[in-house]
Amino acid sequence: MLGWVDTLLQGVLLGGLYSLYATGLSVIFGIMRLVNLAHGDLIVLGAFLMLAASAVGVPIVFAFAVVVPLMFVVGYALQSVLLNRTLGRNILPPLLITFGLSIIVQNGLLEMFSADTRRLNVGTLESASVPLDGGIAVGLMPLICLVSAVAVIVLLNGVFYRTALGRAFRATSDDVEIAQLMGINNKSIYAMTMGIALAVCAIAGFFLGARANFDPSIGPARLLYAFEAVIIGGLGSLWGTLAGGIVVGLAQTIGAHIDPEWQILSGHVAFLIVLVIRPRGLFPRAVD
Amino acid sequence: MALLETHELTAFYGDFQALYGITFVLNEGETVAVIGANGAGKSTFLKAVAGLLPRPPSAVRLDGRDIGALPAFEIVKLGLALVPEGRRLFSSLSVEENLLVGAYGRHLEGPWSLTAVYRLFPMLRERRHAPSTALSGGQQQMVAIGRSLMSNPRILLCDELSLGLAPIIIRDIYAALADIKTRGTSVVLVEQDLAHAMSVADRAYCLQEGRVSLTGRPRELTRDAIHAAYFGL
Repeated sequence: MLGWVDTLLQGVLLGGLYSLYATGLSVIFGIMRLVNLAHGDLIVLGAFLMLAASAVGVPIVFAFAVVVPLMFVVGYALQSVLLNRTLGRNILPPLLITFGLSIIVQNGLLEMFSADTRRLNVGTLESASVPLDGGIAVGLMPLICLVSAVAVIVLLNGVFYRTALGRAFRATSDDVEIAQLMGINNKSIYAMTMGIALAVCAIAGFFLGARANFDPSIGPARLLYAFEAVIIGGLGSLWGTLAGGIVVGLAQTIGAHIDPEWQILSGHVAFLIVLVIRPRGLFPRAVD
Repeated sequence: MALLETHELTAFYGDFQALYGITFVLNEGETVAVIGANGAGKSTFLKAVAGLLPRPPSAVRLDGRDIGALPAFEIVKLGLALVPEGRRLFSSLSVEENLLVGAYGRHLEGPWSLTAVYRLFPMLRERRHAPSTALSGGQQQMVAIGRSLMSNPRILLCDELSLGLAPIIIRDIYAALADIKTRGTSVVLVEQDLAHAMSVADRAYCLQEGRVSLTGRPRELTRDAIHAAYFGL
């Protein structure tokens, strides 16, 4: 019985990580209707950038503080220089570009950092835990990860629903032609969107590296979890994305509890079940 | 000098040419109607002027300045706003948010604010937190007009204000339009509803298959002349 309580708890915590993976993807899709196939690799890029910063002796907290804004700039540039040129009625060109980008990022990382498995050194935080009643302990790092996921969503929702800039984001998402008639430069909105998404990728990359091992090849699997979380949650709702991440996390830990071989598979099965029962996700907001 | 003029304005949808050289003038304080049958190019004309379609760089002038190369989001800052055909409100925004987003690119001082729009359309104040999709067609049109006014435009382009609305609502909308004009906004009115357009316009242009087929003051235009210009008979 206690084992199950522990499993569920760990599942929710893992879900925090998955929803961090998914939040950037959800924002990009919600505002630009763009599916970024390089999303997982960009998360891994974020982790490697922090690794590189800490390798030259920068404390991990400062590495985090540098890499997150840096990834915003990378995202802004990526969108304005490259992806904005591909946006149009046809959804295939941006899809192909991000697919190519995924390969470039993976191989670039392989070239620079080799295929070795790495992890971020976060000191004593790595193994610190909070003991709960009944002999269950909650890892401090996973807990911080879940809290961060919630904080990122609260912050983004605050921007989107409480500021003039956020109104411009939502207006652009609704009807990009009419948004321009309101004086909104849609291309700069898109560039900011990608910047925000990559900043969240960097945060996700930090927790990926602090919680588990990573190497240049693991991006596509992170993309898959992120994708499943977004779809389960329903397009256009960040709280839905959090719920989606937790569903995938729970399914994986429950699967692993029954038989460790089932971990990854049960996440995918949960995704398919939700898709069959609620094709538009648990909390859909977007109309299309 | 004319406030807004187009000279030999052409516009294309891909390979299809929709406008074949429209020359048009709007003077300060004027209301000009653009009439014509379905597919004559009226909406295309407004879109090309507002910057939503590519057009020759010097084909559109605002206050003597070429604006043909500017994107739509820059043109609105110079004081030209378009009320689009079919309202096209932002569906995930509330009524008030729709109005506020209209002020996003506001660069000009002027009489319009949230309060002024609510004074013009008191009904919207009561529904200001409602989703824009929950409103009736007439109320949605009021939001669309108010949203465009929020940028304090010197020129308001209106595309089919009366489309799909009950006669009594159309009357209210046109009464509001008269109010808007008294505050110094010049208006270009695209309409299928000939009687309404002609009753408020100082001058009219009739388009036919992408060309100007007739122009003049409403009371100088005979019914037969308009009929001929409309259908090319």
